[in-house]
This record gives sequence, C-alpha cells and structure tokens, in this order.
Amino acid sequence: MNAAFRISGAGRLSQAKTASFSFDGKPYTGIAGDTLASALLANGVHLVGRSFKYHRPRGFLSAGAEEPNALVQIVRDDARKTPNVRATVQELYDGLIANSQNRWPSLAFDVGAVNDIASPMFSAGFYYKTFMWPKWAWKDLYEPKIRAAAGLGVSPEKPDPDHYASRYAHCEVLVLGGGAAGIASAVAAAETGVRVILADEQAEFGGSLRFESGARIDGQDGYAWAQAAIARLKAMDNVRVLSRTTAFGYYAQNFVGLVERVSDHIKNPGRELARERLWQVRANRVVIATGAIERHMVFANNDRPGVMLASAARTYLNHYGVAVGRNVGVYTANDSAYAAAIDLKKAGVNIAAIVDLRDNPSGPVIDEARALGIEINFGRAVVSAGGKLRVSSMTVQPKNGGGGRTIPVDAILMSAGWTPSVHLFSQSRGKVAFNEESKRFVPGAYAQDCVSVGACNGADGLDATVDEAYAAGAKAAKEAGGKVGKGAKPKVDAGESWSRGMLGAGPGAGPGTTVKAFVDFQNDVTAKDIRQAVHEGMHSIEHVKRFTTNGMATDQGKTSNMHGLAIAAEELGKPIPQVGLTTFRAPYTPVTFGSIVGHARGALFDPTRRTATHGWAARQGAVFEDVGHWKRAWYFPKAGEGMHAAVNRECVTVRKVGGLFDASTLGKIEVVGPDAAKFMELLYTNPWEKLESGRCRYGIMLREDGFIYDDGVVGRLAPDRFHVTTTTGGAPRVMNHMEDYLQTEFPHLNVWLTSITEQWAVIAVQGPKSRDIIAPLVEGIDMSDEAMPHMSVREGKICGVPTRLFRMSFTGERGFEVNVPADYGEAVWEALWAEGQKHGATAYGTETMHVLRAEKGYIIVGQDTDGTVTPNDAGLDWAVGKKKTDFVGIRGLTRPDLVAKGRKQLVGLKTKDPKVVLEEGAQIVADPKQPIPMKMIGHVTSSYWSENCGRSIALALVAGGRDRMGQTLYVPMPNGTIEVEVTGMVFVDEKGERLNG
Amino acid sequence: MLLIRCPYCEEERPELEFRNAGEAHIARPTNIAAESDDDFEKFFFIRANPKGVIYERWRHIHGCARFFNAVRDTVTDKFVMTYKAGEPKPAKLPGAPK
Ligand SMILES: [Zn+2]
Repeated sequence: MNAAFRISGAGRLSQAKTASFSFDGKPYTGIAGDTLASALLANGVHLVGRSFKYHRPRGFLSAGAEEPNALVQIVRDDARKTPNVRATVQELYDGLIANSQNRWPSLAFDVGAVNDIASPMFSAGFYYKTFMWPKWAWKDLYEPKIRAAAGLGVSPEKPDPDHYASRYAHCEVLVLGGGAAGIASAVAAAETGVRVILADEQAEFGGSLRFESGARIDGQDGYAWAQAAIARLKAMDNVRVLSRTTAFGYYAQNFVGLVERVSDHIKNPGRELARERLWQVRANRVVIATGAIERHMVFANNDRPGVMLASAARTYLNHYGVAVGRNVGVYTANDSAYAAAIDLKKAGVNIAAIVDLRDNPSGPVIDEARALGIEINFGRAVVSAGGKLRVSSMTVQPKNGGGGRTIPVDAILMSAGWTPSVHLFSQSRGKVAFNEESKRFVPGAYAQDCVSVGACNGADGLDATVDEAYAAGAKAAKEAGGKVGKGAKPKVDAGESWSRGMLGAGPGAGPGTTVKAFVDFQNDVTAKDIRQAVHEGMHSIEHVKRFTTNGMATDQGKTSNMHGLAIAAEELGKPIPQVGLTTFRAPYTPVTFGSIVGHARGALFDPTRRTATHGWAARQGAVFEDVGHWKRAWYFPKAGEGMHAAVNRECVTVRKVGGLFDASTLGKIEVVGPDAAKFMELLYTNPWEKLESGRCRYGIMLREDGFIYDDGVVGRLAPDRFHVTTTTGGAPRVMNHMEDYLQTEFPHLNVWLTSITEQWAVIAVQGPKSRDIIAPLVEGIDMSDEAMPHMSVREGKICGVPTRLFRMSFTGERGFEVNVPADYGEAVWEALWAEGQKHGATAYGTETMHVLRAEKGYIIVGQDTDGTVTPNDAGLDWAVGKKKTDFVGIRGLTRPDLVAKGRKQLVGLKTKDPKVVLEEGAQIVADPKQPIPMKMIGHVTSSYWSENCGRSIALALVAGGRDRMGQTLYVPMPNGTIEVEVTGMVFVDEKGERLNG
Repeated sequence: MLLIRCPYCEEERPELEFRNAGEAHIARPTNIAAESDDDFEKFFFIRANPKGVIYERWRHIHGCARFFNAVRDTVTDKFVMTYKAGEPKPAKLPGAPK
C-alpha cells in the first residue's frame, strides 16, 4: 500500500521494493531509493527534531547536505549509534532504526522547550555573559546542565567495530560535483584520455537535474542524460566515478580529501565492506562544480515543521514521488519557487497561494503558474507562520505594511535565491568577489590550479553552465597533458535559469522587531540576534559570527551565512563587501573520526618494536613497559612476587652474583672513514684522536648552545671505525644531528654514518660473576683483566657467531655488553642464561637497571637532564676535552648564563626518614615556613628504593647544589613536608672498586 | 599536504617524506670558540622569521636523507624553488620581477 503522501506516477523510484524502518520506535514503510527524509515525508511526518537552544520543533528544511534541522540518531547496535545524521542524506535500508535528538521526554512534548518561552534570557552572546561568574559554577553547575539540556545525540557505549579504508589517488583532472556542470567537465576531460576522477556526494549523479523537470539535454530528459553520461564515463578505463563521495577539504597544491560512504546505506554490510573510505587525491587540475544552495526566507516562525526550501519540495516530488503537503503556500523573492508550485500543482497538490516579494515580476514561469490557476500575490510578504508542531497557516501582508490575512496551509515553500557554493574554492585559498548586480559572492582570484564552473561560479541557466563546464574540462585536461578530444559538447535543448532574489530579513522581521525569524536554524540564531550583536559592538562579520554563533553549527552556515551578513551590513550601514564574508574551512560537511583515522587504531595506531629476546622474556613472565616504540622488559616477577619484591631481588642478585639485561634498544651508530676521529672530536666534548683501538670512552654530545643532548659509550674498533651508542630515545635525533653536521657544516670530512641499532642485539651481563658466565661461550678473546680491562672492546665469537664484546658497566659492577647479530640474539641470550643459572644469576629489567645506575650516580639523559643542563651542572666536567679548540657546543658552554654561579647542579638526596621514597618531579625548597608561593630551588629527577642501601635514594637538580653538601632541604608535599639531606651522587662503592670485583 | 622537490632525487615528493630544519644560510663560524657573545647570539638564536619569502633547510629524511635548501613563501606556503646544500642563495628567484 502506498504511503499517504506518495504520489503514484511521480518520482523515479520503483514502488515494488519496500523497506521497513522505525522512527522514535514507530514502524513505517518506505521504498528502495528513499532517503530517511523522503520516506518520513511520504508518511506525512514532518516533525523530526528539536532545535539546539530553544528546543523548538523542527522539520526538514532541505533535501540535501545543507540540512540544518533534521538531525537524527541512526542506531545499528550498541556500538553503532551515529548521532547528528542528516535525515536528508541518510539512505533508507530495510530495518533502519532512527531516533530524534535533543528532546525529553518526547519529541512532541519537550520540557526543554521552556527555553523558547524564556528566550529573552538566551539571546545572542548569552553563553559569554550568563555563565561567567561565579567561577566555581561553571564546572559544577552550568557545564553539566547545559550539556544535559543541549545534547546533540548520544554517543555509543562501545568502541566502533566498523573499519575504514584509505586510498591515495592521482589524476590529471579531478571534478568535484556531479551535476550537469561536473558531468560536462568530466566528459570533456575524459575524452582527451587523461585520468579523471569525478565525485559527487549524492547516491545518484545529476545534482539539480534531479528536480529540474524542464531540463532537456541531447534530446533526453536532463536526469536521464546525466545517467547515460555517467554510464559512459564508468565504462572508460581512464575515469573513476565516485558516488556518495564528499570532497570535504581542499588543501595545498591540489590535494583534496574526499570521503566515500561505502556501506551506511546497506542493511547488513558485512565485515568485508569498510564503512567509509578516505580518498586523498592529488590532481594536476581541479574542476569545482559544486552548484548553488537555495536560501530560505527570513520571517517569523520560519522554522515550523513543513516550512522548507522550494527546491527541496521539488526534489521530494520529482525524484522521490512525495508531496510535502496537500495545501501548500509559496513565499518567494525569485522565479525558481514558481517551478516548485507548478510541479506540485500538476501532481495534484493544491497551491494555496504564491506570495512574491517582488512588485511586478514577469516571465514564462509566472505566466504558467497563472495559467494553472494558482493565486499569485505580488509585493506581499509572509510575515508569520502559524502552527507549532506543524505549520498550519501563513499570514500575508503587503510588504510595506497594512492589513493582512491568514491563509491555512500545511506546508510553505520558500526561496530567497541561490548562494553559489564557493566553500571548496575558498578552502583552496581563492579569494571570493562580490557581484553587486547579482548580490552573490563568486570566485575571484585563484590561488591554485583549479577552475569553478556552473552555478558555483555564478553561471545563470543550464545552457551557460554546460557551455562553461565543457570548455573548462577540455582546457584543464589539455593543460594537464591531454590530447584534443573527439567528442561533442552536450546540447542543451531546454533548461531553467537561476534568478536573483533577496538577502537578509523580510518584512515583519526587520529592524525593531523581536520576532523569531531564524537565520541559522541549527544554532537558533535569529535576525534580532544579529542586530543585537552589532549593537553590542561587533563590527566585523567574524565577531558577529562568534558572538551569535551564526554559521558555526555542523552545517557551517550553508543556508545562513549570506542572510546573516546582509543583516549585519544593513545594521552597520555598510555595503556587504566591506563587512566581509567569513572564511570557509574544512570540512565541508562533518567527517567521521573513523575515516580520518582509518586503520591506524588499536595495535595499528603506532608501530611496536620488539627486541630479539622479547619472546623469551614474555615466556618468563616479564612485565613490559613502553619506551618510545619499544616494548622493554620492566621486571621479571617470580610466582607471587609484586613489582617491589621482584626489583629488590633483581637488584641484590646483580650485585651479589650477576644479571642479564637486554640493552638492545640503545641506539647504535657506526662512524666510519678516514676522518672518523676528526668527526667524533667535533660532535662530542671528549677527545678521541688519542683513544686507542680496542678502548671505549663515555662520550657527551652537546647542542651548539652548550646543553647536554645525548650520551653513551663509544668503542673504537679500528683507527677509522667507531661503534657509538646513544640513549634509547635519542637514537633517531642523534643520527639526524650527526648527519646535519656532516652534510652541511663539515662536508669536507670523509665519513660515513650508519644506523646499526637494529643489526646488533645487546645483552648486558653485569655482576661479580659476569666474566665467569660469558667466558665459556667466547672464542678468540682473552677476557683477563690485563688483556681486557674496564672500558675496552674486542671482536671475536660467542656461541660461534660474531660478537663485539664491550667491557663496560652501567651498574658499577664488573660488566660486559655482548653485541651479536640480531638474528642470533635470542639463541645467545639462552646460552648465557644457561651459564648464568649455574651461578644463580638473574634476568633483570629496566626498573632494576634504573635503580642500579642511580645507586652509582650515573645519569640518564632526559630524566636527570632536561635540555638546560651542562656537563658541569651534571658533574661531568671531566668529560669535556679542555685542550680542544672546537666541538659542537664549545662556544655555548662559555655563555654568561652557563658559567654563572648558582646554577642548578645534580646532587644526591637522602630522606631523613630512610623509608620515605621521594616523588620524581617533586619541588625542593630551602625554607618550608616561607609564605606561599615558595621559592623553589630545584626538583627531584630520580628516586628509588634501594634494597642494596637499605634505604631510599634520589638524585636532584638543586641551585648551587654542590655547595650545599650536608644541608637539610625540604620537599613540600600534599601530605606534609619531607626533610632531605644533600649528598654526593654515589650511594654504592664510592671508590669504584667493584668494576674489577 | 605540500609537494616538495628534492634537488638530489630530482622529483617532487609528498611533504611526509621531509622534515624542516630551520633557516638556511647561517654558517657555523669557523673559529666559533672565539666568537663574541653578541655574534654567537646572532648566529645561534636570532632568526629572521619573515612574512613572505624564507630561505630554509629541509631534509629528505624518508628518502635520500640529504639536507637541502628551499625558498618558500610563508604566506602562501608555496615553494618557489629548492637547491642543494652548499649552493649560494639564488641571486634571482623564478617568477620574480626582473
Ligand atoms: Zn631526495
């Protein structure tokens, strides 16, 4: 059975295939090809939402992407509840569930509508004025209440289960918009053989040909011509045709972002289909064919459900076969609304009256309307719409005042004229120009290789549009390297003409009136609000916009910007161009986060780096921590052990026996070449020329400003070969820093730099038994103290594979770092682990590594330093070559501030109560009794419980710290002030005897 | 996303492959240790930050890894030209009035 407002014989949809759906729980039936909007209208439903601020009942303004009112929530399941979906865009599928938003308890009876009655409180700028004071009230009162009352939809409770695809594409000509203009351009470009992409936001191509019943091209009905042309384009190898695809952003150098809605219109898309696909297209030339958007008339209660754009009513009739009412009024300031009245009248709908603001217009459409017997009133205005949940009447007066009459209607179609869609042109940084005669902003100066054609370029009429578009498409293709096409320009046999119209408030809503004549429906901005903004001192359109929120809703003012501008200009007494148009910004219509994020979420959000021993550590039950992209074993708990117990055990075992630690994440760079030593001299503070092959040195790297940039142990493998280690986090930037100097400041040096971080797995074996653990597995290296002292490096074999064996220590114990090719890392680790087991050694993680190094006062760059710490501040002056005449940072080190007294210096701290462990980052003061705000003299950089010391230990940066040895300082914390004593940085084995222990 | 022409690879590549490296043509003094405080300040801290044409360094870090120089308009973001590291500042820019 037909829905009540579906007109048999009208529209292009087949009535054979029905689709059931529900709205606010009530079941309805539509037909395949409907939008949610057309299906609801077919069932006579106009009331679909409540407005944002005043909770006024709202219906459908439009039949497309510009819709400000009909925002609904589409529910598929608990995880898929999409809010703010425009019902005019959502395609119907069988089983679709939609709910209205922003109403409680029901759409017809909404408690929030009290805001409408209390609206004097809520006028322009009310957020700024009302909710400023008292300060506490914002968080506790205003914000939660406003959120509850002004919600736009409900968020889903579960993570989005859909997936989103992403594609990059390149083409010679990208055509944005698939109406008559876009199709003509695409055809012309495609005929030259170049790659063409044509995109349109609708499900079907044709643009305004969907409703322009009079259009005829190449002997066919305009819409049929469009479908035939699209079919031909789809068959061409050099053309990609994308429907349901919105160009939302125009970026630099013809880089355009498009989002394709792949499966929002399908009942059960299945897992194989993405929900949306992001297209990032780089085009040699772009043709913008985005058409124009009809404007509404600004009069009292112009937001009542049933009041809509004339072109929307025509689309519902001519495409969907739906009448938007049975007794329809028309209010217009231009010709195009007549065509809507004529089409509806011919379909059997009564046209109560046409009210035309113009005094004595003439033309064929007016004659035709008159011939059909439609009542026409010139020089008159609709000053008010009656009804509440649905329009019931319109009050008509002479436009200059005088007696009115009220005409009963169930819908009002309105047209104030057409606004060229210059959004994408403006996003491309093109400058719009105001055409005084047509009162339109049209593309002016171009900033990129693009061209606007058709209605978005101010073209009047189908004939002019197709001419201009075809020529532009051919030209763009030629400029992009295409051959001369062999096709013929489509011939327009008949078409309609865009006409003028009016901007701003109509009669009855002008200066001095207080009626609710809406300019921006979505943000509830009235003509009065805009005038008030001007009165309160907003003289730039950008200020008016922010003060009133006109054009700032999700529809971005597609229907409201020009009216708002005209009202502000009138109030300011300035011409429109002087007041200025607000800037258009991406996105053109809302874009889901899903489509932007694509597959980059969850495990794919960021790469994960794992070391060669990761699997072994995982099998041992290691707990991991994230260090940059790396997963590092944090500690190795035994059954029943918490972190604290595990770390204490690991710390004690390493110093008593030994331990194995995966140090593979440290950055490694090989510096090779005849000038390698010279290069090292310039990049590090230390002297390198005289370092013997086979020896190591702790190196410090500075920035030119004299501050510590990185550190690490460097082994000299040969006169021309250094094995440099960096901090884990610093590896990429140290490499970049070295390359920068090598390529640009010291290009005369003959040196190659190679990152070898991933090539070598590094197993640190530390502790008194470390040599006993390693030695049985090593071939060709004499590991005696005489042959291989602390800070030396040897090459040989371990477990039969090559090794670079460093004798070095980050624990203060006798220690080695075994470098082996990463592929053998796990096998060598397992062999070393088996040896270690014989001695009772432990595996240890990063937490124990941190504690052990802090017990020795070894710094970690980035933790104990923060980019403002010099070698001297850190107590590392010994590592700066005093006889050197140049290295990066040498001049920075002598800057006045860097040699001044009282700089923060790294020291040790012991809490007076040994059981108290300080918080890292805690501030330090000299006098805890001073008034707040206290003078802070430093902060804690590292702090741990040291089981080896039987107490807590800490490192801190303290002003003049080394002159404060033995002093008592204070760490004020929320639960009381902690007393600390300033000490040296070494808490274990001050003499360093254990390195050979 | 910008397209940037790498003068070593001799082709335009997407911005994602590159990293900006600050203003160009600021040479490290050969005897830097002897620089006065004022000269060091000028060398290390002071940058032109112009509105309009800027000479700056870029690195094709996810490509050939070379540092090079570029002329860019900070208002339009448009690259006027790129050239190899070590080459002098171009005397005349393409498209500039003669
Ligand atoms: Zn390159």
